[in-house]
Amino acid sequence: MPISLSHYLVLGALLFAISVVGIFLNRRNLIILLMAIELMLLAVNLNFVAFSHFLGDPAGQVFVFFILTVAAAESAIGLAILVVLFRNIGGIDVNELGSLKG
Amino acid sequence: MEFKTFIFYWFALVLLFGALRVITCRNPVHAAMWLVLCFFTAAGVWLLLHAEFLAITLVLVYVGAVMVLFLFVIMMLDVNLLKLKENFRSYWPVGAMVGVLVAFEMASILFVAYDRAPAAVAPEHGADYSNTRELGLLLYTEYVYAFEIAAVLLLVAIVAAIALTYRRRKGVRQQDVGEQVRVKKGDRLRLIKVPTEPAAEAAKPGDAAA
Repeated sequence: MPISLSHYLVLGALLFAISVVGIFLNRRNLIILLMAIELMLLAVNLNFVAFSHFLGDPAGQVFVFFILTVAAAESAIGLAILVVLFRNIGGIDVNELGSLKG
Repeated sequence: MEFKTFIFYWFALVLLFGALRVITCRNPVHAAMWLVLCFFTAAGVWLLLHAEFLAITLVLVYVGAVMVLFLFVIMMLDVNLLKLKENFRSYWPVGAMVGVLVAFEMASILFVAYDRAPAAVAPEHGADYSNTRELGLLLYTEYVYAFEIAAVLLLVAIVAAIALTYRRRKGVRQQDVGEQVRVKKGDRLRLIKVPTEPAAEAAKPGDAAA
């Protein structure tokens, strides 16, 4: 049985579900939260590439290109915020972020 | 079984296992390593989909830059791991429930929609087809504005990351180059008119005579 579009879509859906579970499990560790978000973006990109291949439209791959750009910027700024947070509250526990409220 | 099918299932298995390890690892360094494995296998899956350029970009940009940045930050911060994992087990039930719900919803949509839809057949390309060339043609003509906006976005990200983490410490002696360049001769040099002493002048010939 050759691999069809739905195989790739199911793989992307499972990957997305795993990363959602990861966000729930590691809700205190900001670094793992960022990694789970990267996994989510990977799942979405997989869907884009699969549709692009099976529908013969390279525009989907251009979209993935831009998503990669935005994801790289997002993780860079996220990690910078993480470093500043660590300096200010001495940890990366999400529960201690309550002190940020005005 | 066709070889491509075998490759797909093997990569899918490794990808899902790696993703599971990423979210359950106790040590963030190990989680980052498993995430690197995930990106490599995802690049393999993209190669199966004939997206060669994006597969290489994924490895270069993600594994080469983003994951190294992650490891850098993890090792720089002295994080108390035990405290972060305190309630790890108590989050399992709700997390698993939401995950199964998400997977179930997506699967129901996929199975209903794609069983009835005509199967999409991937177009076959000749041996001279270049994925990179096609992407480049599209990127620099039709999507050139989006491309420039992406470049500006990266610039803003650079500025934001530096501005966030830049720290001016107190009590550190450092040069102020602007001040140094701006300085004038009059600020540094003071000319003093020293009067010649007539007494000494007068004494000299006397000494010589003695």
